[in-house]
Amino acid sequence: MNKNRVNKNVPDGPQPLIDSEDNWVTEMGAWFAGDRVVFRGLDVFTDLFDKSWVEVWYFSITGKFFSKSQIELFSRLWVICTSYPEPRIWNNRVAALCGTARATAMIGMSSAIAVSEGKYYGGQANYAAVEFIKNAKQFVDEGGDLQSFVIGSIKTTRQIPTGFGRPIINNDERVPHAMRLAKSLDFDNGTHVKLALDIEKILSKKRYRAVLNIGGLTAALCADQGLSAEEFYYAASVIYSAGMIACYSDARHKPVGTFFPLSCERIHYEGKPLRKWEK
Amino acid sequence: MSDQEKKKEVIHSKIWQEIPEPDNPFAAAACYCSGFDVYGDLLGKISWIEYLYLLFKLEPPSKSQAKLLEGLAVAIANPGPRDLSVRAAMNGGVGGSLSASCLMAALGPGSGEYCGARELYLAVKIWKECGVDIVAWHSCLKDYQKDEEVKVWPEIEHIPGFDPYGSSVSTPIKQVLEYLAGHNGADSLRWLKKHRLNLEETANYPINMVSVAAAAFIDLGFNEEQSEMLYLMLRLPGAGAHALEQRNNGLKKYPFFGDGLKLTNDPGRK
Repeated sequence: MNKNRVNKNVPDGPQPLIDSEDNWVTEMGAWFAGDRVVFRGLDVFTDLFDKSWVEVWYFSITGKFFSKSQIELFSRLWVICTSYPEPRIWNNRVAALCGTARATAMIGMSSAIAVSEGKYYGGQANYAAVEFIKNAKQFVDEGGDLQSFVIGSIKTTRQIPTGFGRPIINNDERVPHAMRLAKSLDFDNGTHVKLALDIEKILSKKRYRAVLNIGGLTAALCADQGLSAEEFYYAASVIYSAGMIACYSDARHKPVGTFFPLSCERIHYEGKPLRKWEK
Repeated sequence: MSDQEKKKEVIHSKIWQEIPEPDNPFAAAACYCSGFDVYGDLLGKISWIEYLYLLFKLEPPSKSQAKLLEGLAVAIANPGPRDLSVRAAMNGGVGGSLSASCLMAALGPGSGEYCGARELYLAVKIWKECGVDIVAWHSCLKDYQKDEEVKVWPEIEHIPGFDPYGSSVSTPIKQVLEYLAGHNGADSLRWLKKHRLNLEETANYPINMVSVAAAAFIDLGFNEEQSEMLYLMLRLPGAGAHALEQRNNGLKKYPFFGDGLKLTNDPGRK
């Protein structure tokens, strides 16, 4: 549970709005029309000229530039982990439904991305996975026992920690490949990754039988690179895009309405019996 | 077992049932909503608001419930072009974006914890917790804590249902509260009307429209999730209309805040 208390300032009515009218003060950046663009204190046309989009994406989120190997890790993780052109996956299915309905590609992408903020996968899970592994590290750093932390978390939340287990099958085909990538870049020995592997061992010995899933591994890998839960959640907001646009495009170019159509009998009615409106 | 013999996956629903046309399994001959024949019985008999209530509650509303929901729907249908959700829709409109883009844009800010549907969700949760118990309200308002399992939401920065920038409660909010509280079964709304000044004094802030809407949803028997969904939907009409208006007006007649941005770390021309 995340309890946060409202900081009750002395009310000063609409004064903050009056002060902000036509007055947005920022360090994030600005467009100087017809001349130049500033991005977090750097000039886009000179300072960022040689940067890749992925470098700028993480710079935008964190205000920091990451090393070449860190950027390679981030970039390639999103190929291995989330670029599935599989239209049955729930968020990708939204893109495909937009394609078969002949909605536009950008509506397809944005509605599919909105749906990616799931509890069981995507946004909410990403956030929770980093938070869990960081909390585990803090617990251990303060002298706590990892097993007690894991079992305590399960007892409190009544669920397997986010980042472990998988809804349909109990293995994750992406994990060995992500580990192979991490190893090739020398990121496989970070503190959070080691903790994640230790937690997997704890869970495998107990009755939970939950494996480390790719969400948990990427959360640990990115936590090792210094990303907070919020930064990881921001960074991961668009990581499904490559698979989604493929799903949209596929359905868009097949006969209209033919993406998994449902006949009437596919609705299994479990409600009230037939009745007349009496009013 | 052949593929045909495999049992087909189905959508389980208490809301909707369809009977296929004899010549096409993909065309419905009849559609039933919670047991009522939508096109053979309901059409022409019920109002849109009654149908909306039926869809979410699976039972017909009483006359006073329908009237209360209709009043609420009118009250929140257009928050006006200064509202954050309507502004998002208009930003879509002025750039010539699609109609769907404009409504999707409106849902963004309209979903938020400040003046949006998440604030409403949290306000309904307060109502469920405190009911019409003034002591419970005082305790909640003096030390409001959001109990939130969904961690992607930002920290809450004000008490849901209260305007952090308000000087006093605005006239339209008082008018809506006055009108809605007059309905049969509007017990929470009447209680809010009676105790408003007391609650505002305790909270240090005046109530906002979310507060009135939350009380209305409680009186209608909607839970926080149903209330959040309905609030998102019922605030869209104004967003759609304003987006179309600004699409016609165009970019040049729409604020850009040309002199409004102050960059504090400008490196200057290189």
